[in-house]
Amino acid sequence: MKNFKKAASLLLASALMVTSFAACGDKASDSSAEGEATASEDTFKIGGIGPITGAAAVYGKAVENGAKLAVDEINAEGGINGKQIEFKFEDDEHDAEKSVNAYNTLKDWGMQMLLGSVTSNPCIAVAEETKNDNMFQLTPSGTAVECVQYENAFRVCFSDPTQGTECAKYISENGLATKVAVIYDSSDVYSSGIYEAFAAEAKNDGIEIVSAEAFTADSNKDFSVQIQKAKDAGAELVFLPFYYTEASLVLQQAAGMNYSPIFFGCDGMDGILDVEGFDASYADNLMFLSPFTPTSTDEAIQTFVTSFKDAYGETPNQFAADAYDGIYAIKAAAEKAELTPDMSVSDMCDAMKTAMTEISIDGVTAKGLTWDASGEPSKAPMVVKIANGDYAVVE
Amino acid sequence: MWKKLEKRTKSNIITYGMVIVAYIVVQGLMMTGNLSSLMQGLLVPLCAYVILAVSLNLVVGISGELSLGHAGFMCVGAFSSAFFSKCTQAAITNSGLRFFLAILIGAAVAAVFGILIGIPVLRLRGDYLAIVTLAFGEIIKNLINVLYIGRDSNGMHFSMKDSMSLNLEADGEILINGAKGITGTPKDSNFTIGVILILITLVIVLNLIHSRDGRAIMAIRDNRIAAESIGISITKYKLMAFTVSASLAGVAGVLYAHNLSTLTALPKNFGYNQSIMILVFVVLGGIGNIRGSIIAAVLLTMLPELLRGLNDYRMLIYAIVLIIMMLFNWAPKAIEWREKHLKFKRHKEKEAQ
Repeated sequence: MKNFKKAASLLLASALMVTSFAACGDKASDSSAEGEATASEDTFKIGGIGPITGAAAVYGKAVENGAKLAVDEINAEGGINGKQIEFKFEDDEHDAEKSVNAYNTLKDWGMQMLLGSVTSNPCIAVAEETKNDNMFQLTPSGTAVECVQYENAFRVCFSDPTQGTECAKYISENGLATKVAVIYDSSDVYSSGIYEAFAAEAKNDGIEIVSAEAFTADSNKDFSVQIQKAKDAGAELVFLPFYYTEASLVLQQAAGMNYSPIFFGCDGMDGILDVEGFDASYADNLMFLSPFTPTSTDEAIQTFVTSFKDAYGETPNQFAADAYDGIYAIKAAAEKAELTPDMSVSDMCDAMKTAMTEISIDGVTAKGLTWDASGEPSKAPMVVKIANGDYAVVE
Repeated sequence: MWKKLEKRTKSNIITYGMVIVAYIVVQGLMMTGNLSSLMQGLLVPLCAYVILAVSLNLVVGISGELSLGHAGFMCVGAFSSAFFSKCTQAAITNSGLRFFLAILIGAAVAAVFGILIGIPVLRLRGDYLAIVTLAFGEIIKNLINVLYIGRDSNGMHFSMKDSMSLNLEADGEILINGAKGITGTPKDSNFTIGVILILITLVIVLNLIHSRDGRAIMAIRDNRIAAESIGISITKYKLMAFTVSASLAGVAGVLYAHNLSTLTALPKNFGYNQSIMILVFVVLGGIGNIRGSIIAAVLLTMLPELLRGLNDYRMLIYAIVLIIMMLFNWAPKAIEWREKHLKFKRHKEKEAQ
């Protein structure tokens, strides 16, 4: 009897496994069959990957919303080459492993082109997969250099080194300061990447870095030590290459220490005025490099901001703007390459690779945005200065 | 034949058989093209998590110590092996040989860390041990985040500050780049190697449990004073279990690192969250129950992926399912109900008597 039970349990367990695996298999074949079916019904399937749960959820959600808005607009106007777009967004929890899972899920769904991943590291992992499958990839906001190291990958945002270099150039060209202090997040890829490029360029531009102090994700609440060091070193400008949540604390604490140098940040600073409980007067005269400002008087930007607000009830940030431009870039390139939805993923990718370098779009993050074969966008950085509690573009 | 076998041998055969059958079934599905891309992508991580769960069960279930730093050992194994693979990518072109060496290195380095951490830590008991292992796991993660290693024509450069202080020549290459970790690890892991590693793990763990040493370890767990009084060296046996477990976690790390092209020590993949996740596999599968750990690891890794259809509610449902499974498995009332209605357990116990 005992043996029977054991054998039965083994049998049941294996049966369970088989059915569960088989169920997955079925689902896959169903969805691929579906994919073929819908492909012949003429829709482009674009997938998106980004964190919509966990600590980085803000960025993923913004990309998802921005991309959906663009897709809806394009579909309302007749789609790409007269074909509608289907967009599906998968969560990666800001984790490389989960991002690859999300990519595979989208592949099962029948994705033909990828807008993602939103964050750098997951993006590098996914780029390896898209290269193997030869799938076209456009990341809205993966800033690390390796995100676009393969031919099939492009990006909308600036890369980390570009931002660092541009910041250093801007500071020296406009004679803002010669003695600069840097505070950066050494546990963050984005922040340390910008800092390294900034430091390298600063040497060439005659900027002296008088103090470079790091913090980590585990100690991002109290910055008094770093600020004090910058103050003691006599820095005229403090460079803050990180996101606005931490920056708001730095500004507040610096004001508390009666220290008022020029503060200079990167595109992560966008959104600082919306931090809850943050007195906007602390941010007065804060300058930062940004590809996008929601308060710009530009017509295209205003239309985007208004329709984004109507759809989601909040002001879009630069991630949403990058994604919005990303979808329009895919549209422009697909029209240039005369894609049809029945093409294979690999053929599409080859066509898109060439088409991407031939298009120029007027988006919300830049006018006359173009790409070269390396996958980097060419656009002029904008410097934004906060005055009287509002963003203003420095001409 | 089957009846003549010892109960323990039979149980072991079932455990090995389960893994082998699963492997054959999956291979079959893959050959016939019935396996979705998602499942194919999940296979190697599944193997890594199974090894982690089995190895942690050795510490938690057999040695009876609550360790919350298991992800730290995985991290050590992952980084040391990825570093080795990246260094020798040009020198050793045979990926099989390179991966074999990487596994050995990952296991050895993790074992060394296991001993180093085990010596002070195993003098503590209960909650204190849990807290200290938790801290060590975090320390390992943070150390790796400030580690910069580069290579150029002059040899290796090392720094704890930033990548510029490496002072690399123009032809230099950064191997470990602080928080950016290691990028460009060759993708050497595959499902077959993963399953072979699971089987090796099982052989090591099951044989250890049923050996003289294993009985000594369990004796310490059950009654420390009695064990000490009959001359069992507490430190030696505890350290043995801890080191073997750390080393196996290192192997899982190797598998994990060679499956993705980018490796970073984020709280998400090597922090205490991960350690607790592994502990959840062990607790859900049954403390001390190796087979249960395997099943729990597979189920819980697949669950969030299979729930993707639920979109925004995915992580919420995952948490709820987890709570329900825990209650079903461990709540006294649930056990009572199971015994009454499923009758399965009671029969078995009667027969055993």
